[in-house]
Amino acid sequence: MTAIPVTAAAAAPKDLSPGQRALRRLVRRKGAMFGLAIVVLFILMALLAPWISPHDPLATSWSAVRKPPSDLYPLGTDEIGRDVLSRVIWGTRASLMAGVVSVCISLSLGVPIGMAAGYLGRWPDALISRITDAMLACPFLILAIAFAAFLGPSLTNAMIAIGVSATPIFIRLTRAQVLSVKVEDYVEAARAVGNSHLRIALRHILPNIVAPLLVQATLAIAAAIIAEASLSFLGLGQQPPAPSWGSMLNTAKNYIDHAPWMAIWPGLSIFLLVLSFNLLGDGLRDALDPRHR
Amino acid sequence: MFNYLVQRIGTIIPTLFFVSILIFGLQQLLPGDPALILSGEDRDENVIAYLREKFHLDEPLPMRYLYWMGNVLQGDLGESLRIQQPVLDLILQKLPVTLQLAAMAMVIALVIGITAGIVSAVTKDSVWDYAANVISLWGLSTPNFWLGIMMILFFSVWLGWLPASGYVSPFEDLKANLASMIMPAFVLGNAIAAVLMRHTRSAMLQVLNADYVRTARAKGLVERIVVLKHALRNALIPIITLGALEFGTLLSGSVLTEQVFSIPGFGKLIVDAVFNRDYAVVQGVVLVTATAYITLNLLADLAYFLVNPRLRG
Repeated sequence: MTAIPVTAAAAAPKDLSPGQRALRRLVRRKGAMFGLAIVVLFILMALLAPWISPHDPLATSWSAVRKPPSDLYPLGTDEIGRDVLSRVIWGTRASLMAGVVSVCISLSLGVPIGMAAGYLGRWPDALISRITDAMLACPFLILAIAFAAFLGPSLTNAMIAIGVSATPIFIRLTRAQVLSVKVEDYVEAARAVGNSHLRIALRHILPNIVAPLLVQATLAIAAAIIAEASLSFLGLGQQPPAPSWGSMLNTAKNYIDHAPWMAIWPGLSIFLLVLSFNLLGDGLRDALDPRHR
Repeated sequence: MFNYLVQRIGTIIPTLFFVSILIFGLQQLLPGDPALILSGEDRDENVIAYLREKFHLDEPLPMRYLYWMGNVLQGDLGESLRIQQPVLDLILQKLPVTLQLAAMAMVIALVIGITAGIVSAVTKDSVWDYAANVISLWGLSTPNFWLGIMMILFFSVWLGWLPASGYVSPFEDLKANLASMIMPAFVLGNAIAAVLMRHTRSAMLQVLNADYVRTARAKGLVERIVVLKHALRNALIPIITLGALEFGTLLSGSVLTEQVFSIPGFGKLIVDAVFNRDYAVVQGVVLVTATAYITLNLLADLAYFLVNPRLRG
């Protein structure tokens, strides 16, 4: 008889806030922790690039063209003698920046528009929903390519293109969350005591829809990293000679029979970083919404 | 049925209207005067004047949209400045290649995704389930252009089994056609297989706990019949909609896959158009893609309506 309450108390400590409980659930998920560790590793790599890369990523050497991995060049060299390891390390910056900045663009556009649609209802909702449907009807990458084509090829424009193309997903998610939260008693109560619409939206609704947005944002970073690599692979993202994993693969495909190391490492880096964000996103979803477990 | 059809078509008209505004609006993103940009490096005064008149560039924006939309509704998507051919003709020339690639990719995705999903659900929490989940995570995280390059390295460079790139029409040589398309189709189907696997697994897990499956087992039916006939049939219903939604992924993916394997399809058309600053082709491709996507979604909804007796009731 005494064992039951003790076990129950250990499983759900009363003094923990919902946030702390979610954090506990997240920490227990090995996949999510693995993902987080790799993401942190890549962030450190991006921040410490000037100190940890063995060579200048832009320095060419005609005596070291397409050299296989060696002590001097651990991951080999590319078609104009640049060190692949240094370029992979510096390329982390473009990928991480593209992932984070484009998702920030999507969030800063999608959340206010989605909140307006969900909260205001009626014609603003109908109008926003139709525009969202129209954007979702254009496949994500094709829309991003079209934006990047008209804006001009550069990393900044690629991030804008990816961010704008991913915005409808956040509009739709925010709208759906607002629709379910705005009928809750505490929102009714906030309205009854005379709070303004803006205050209700920002103080009472927004904090309660952060969890699903956080999960979606993490998964969207993974999608944005692949999208940036794709645009750079097509020549619409980071422009040469600046290092980016996608543009490295674009060049590498022409030398695949003589210098496969040029393709293996940047691709593996994209895979690892995207996998890590996907694992972290899945873990966050399970931790923040126990119904998913 | 008729009422549902009318209602459903009613919802896609405004969507198509906004798609057209979005695509027309793309042109407005061009920095500077479109006539100057479109006239190329020579900037001939006569060409600029001709372009201004042709695209009604001196008219207000809403009027220009109406002119453009009027042409689109008559099947005129403009003319490629580079190839001097109507955009619609170009798209119709390239579309069959991409459709073959997409169809083959979808077959591969369905076979791998649904089989892995069933195995994973039936053997829940086993090594097989774990392996299927790992494969699905691999599929979702691998950039398909990298997978394509790695497959070329393995199957073309090292083993010499398949051609690294190029395209042969199936009407010329079917065997060579299949040899050139199998790797791109696998690369394209890989990510969709992962999505289908996840959905089939969760749909099967739901269905396997349903009363009618328990009844089928209680009648003494063999497990294979229970899974394939009673459970899978019902679990597959939501997969129909998903298949249509994944069409967008197929077209996006084909852009990169066709680039890696040098396949002269729809995807390569848009990339070449981007680099040739052939904006009418870019707009045309996006418009046709979006319209096809919306139409497929409509058909998927109708199929869903037809196969689900509860909706018809």
